[in-house]
Amino acid sequence: MSDTKKFMYINRKAPYGTIYAWESLEVVLIGAAFEQDVSLAFMDDGVFQLTKGQDTTGIGMKNFSPTYAALGDYEVTKIYVEKESLEERGLSLEDLQHLVWEDEDDDWAEKDSIRLVSRAELAEVIAGQDVLFNF
Amino acid sequence: MSMLHLVNKSPYENGNLSTAAGMMTDGDQLLLIEDGVYAAMKNGKGAALLDGLKVSVLGPDLAARGIPEDKLVDGANVVDYSGFVDLVEATDKVQSWL
Repeated sequence: MSDTKKFMYINRKAPYGTIYAWESLEVVLIGAAFEQDVSLAFMDDGVFQLTKGQDTTGIGMKNFSPTYAALGDYEVTKIYVEKESLEERGLSLEDLQHLVWEDEDDDWAEKDSIRLVSRAELAEVIAGQDVLFNF
Repeated sequence: MSMLHLVNKSPYENGNLSTAAGMMTDGDQLLLIEDGVYAAMKNGKGAALLDGLKVSVLGPDLAARGIPEDKLVDGANVVDYSGFVDLVEATDKVQSWL
């Protein structure tokens, strides 16, 4: 009997305007050390966290967006992005970072981490979790 | 009397932009800063709130969020921090919709 639980981090805030996005990322990275089954969800303004080309030099804040690309190395390989939230904001997958992970069971093949899901599909994924963290 | 309206929240998060837009009269200007800049993305639903308004957007906040200028609504005026000061000088009052 395994003690592994399904942990999901739900991100609903834009980056930089508030501290939620960064705090979430910190907690995810800390939590990754505990070998749980971790997944991330990005919905509402949270989808803005993943846009590519972020450059914070002009606002004097740390650009933490490169950290999302490191999640695969922490075995965080399931990143759910809600389709309706993207569309409402005029975004598509093309506007987001291309996040990947390497599958050691498949000769280290590079695989996409982002799973584009509908609101209904995301609701099902959320319903199947053991623990939810909201940011 | 002309007013500079500052909006720093995403239009998808609350109604600040909607309220500000509803109070703007001729001669007033809108400056989108921080998370407010998301309203100026031309394919987003929030852009509809900007119809008919004189809109400026703070460039450093766009860059931080990875929004290229070619994704902005037509007519949006991108300013830097000194452009922000120019707008404050060019209007009689500032209303900050926090």
